[in-house]
Amino acid sequence: MVEISRNTSRKIGMRLWLSGGWLTFLVLITLLAPIISPNDPLAQDLFASRLPPFWMDGYEETYYLGSDSLGRDVLSRILYGSRIALLVALIASTATCIVGATLGVLAGYFGGWVDLIISRLVDIWMAFPPVLFAILLIAVLGTGLTSIIIAIIVIDWTRFCRVIRAETMSQSAMDYVASAQAVGRARFGIMVKEIVPNVLPTIVVLLTLEMGIAVIVEAILSFVNLSISTDYPTWGGMISEGRTSVHQAWWVIVFPLIALFLTVLSFSQLGEGLKDRFDPVLR
Amino acid sequence: MNSFLSIRNLSISLQNGERILRSVNMELDRGDVRGLVGESGAGKSMIGKAILGILPRALKVDEGEILFQGKNLLKLNSGELRKEIGANAALIPQDPLTALNPSHRIGRQITNRLVDILGWSKSEALKRTYDLLDEVRIPDPKRVLNSFPHELSGGMRQRILIASAFAAEPKLIIADEPTTALDVTVQKQILNLIGEMQSRHKTTLLFVTHDLGVVSKVCQSLSVLFLGKVIEDTSVSLFFDKPFHPYSRALLAATPKYNDLKSNLIPVSEEILNSVKDEVLKLDSEWSNDR
Repeated sequence: MVEISRNTSRKIGMRLWLSGGWLTFLVLITLLAPIISPNDPLAQDLFASRLPPFWMDGYEETYYLGSDSLGRDVLSRILYGSRIALLVALIASTATCIVGATLGVLAGYFGGWVDLIISRLVDIWMAFPPVLFAILLIAVLGTGLTSIIIAIIVIDWTRFCRVIRAETMSQSAMDYVASAQAVGRARFGIMVKEIVPNVLPTIVVLLTLEMGIAVIVEAILSFVNLSISTDYPTWGGMISEGRTSVHQAWWVIVFPLIALFLTVLSFSQLGEGLKDRFDPVLR
Repeated sequence: MNSFLSIRNLSISLQNGERILRSVNMELDRGDVRGLVGESGAGKSMIGKAILGILPRALKVDEGEILFQGKNLLKLNSGELRKEIGANAALIPQDPLTALNPSHRIGRQITNRLVDILGWSKSEALKRTYDLLDEVRIPDPKRVLNSFPHELSGGMRQRILIASAFAAEPKLIIADEPTTALDVTVQKQILNLIGEMQSRHKTTLLFVTHDLGVVSKVCQSLSVLFLGKVIEDTSVSLFFDKPFHPYSRALLAATPKYNDLKSNLIPVSEEILNSVKDEVLKLDSEWSNDR
């Protein structure tokens, strides 16, 4: 009568390998940037401006991916830029997740006026255009890494709150919650011990998606020069600078774009891959 | 002298005033096995939920009392209620597929309750759990205790829920359609098991179901509920012998006869349904006039 499906060691899919691989690679780059960068990312050399990447005519030694109009090495700037991208991805999305998921679980489980207040707040919040909101915030807070992180939290907590609230509500309606109440458990204990573990897979997926979104938001803010100061390389900043010289030196904009694209894609694919592994039923 | 569990004049309604239970009365003595039958939406589950204090938020109690061992459960604050219910009553839920938390191992789900609510030591609780799984005839308890719910079949899960309900030797168990989600062959085993456990532990059992066959098998007495009103309250033998209310008679007549497959199923006629409806709704106007 026991139907045991013990074959739990499923193969790690291609998707998880590729996305995990790229992100691990990115972490290594971030840590080793000072050692592996061929050039100083900030050093300008007007005699070496707009050098093409290594497979084209006119390539000069150590500028492997070419240089921008001020003669700064594109590869080194991408390597250093990954630091900001990852830092924002990790800190901002985790903080956003904590704020949004906590409010979402509270609203979904307790319902009543708690839900009413939180849900209305989310509705009002989402009526603001997010990019405008971010720009406004940074205008008030001033530029800098902390401001970017705060801006991302303030814009994006609603995304978590909505999804987690709905998920918590459907879990709360399950019989196991009623059973836990019937044996006399305290409500807060039920929320933490019974419901949260079942909402966790959704939280993890949202978290990885949010990491990708955080990277994009940071790039957008850099693009409009509202990220950290221009003397530190960021991917968004590079894309913004490369835009002006895209006809003369396309490599200045294309390489940071590729890095950004792969990173955001990896985060979202990582989320999808993890969802399959975290879900206790699919596991 | 109060009986063990007595529900008096219990009325429950939705926030918008729609009545769910209409002045329900019920008396249970220690060791009674009472069936609670009615069609979908008649409010049978709500009685169980009201006793356990797990009514959905959208419902409110208008009046009445639930006396459990002499204490009015509706007057207790949430802490006192938890203590009273947690130690003395338990629920066998309807759907074994959602009644176990998918994130926790079976063993933890049973022992947690003994440890956290009743303050047993871990080893005591584990020993008791082994004995219980043995009692509900689960093969290889050790492996089952280390399994997650999705690794077990529906019948197995229902056995575990039964074991878990009896774990703390509660005086009252409310079985909320415990066999509805199972197929017939497993249903029979589970019914036998519940009956057996009940007679061994001398537990008072309130058995919520819409299956008269189940009632005749497990219960001694039954209450028939229609639109939240108890319309017949009698012993099982009397009910199947000569039902008093026309609706009960029609219900019995509508039971399929397996020894005569050619005869058509007789549904409960519109006429009877309407007359019971009128009978119940007539009381409503009196009730609202009183208030």
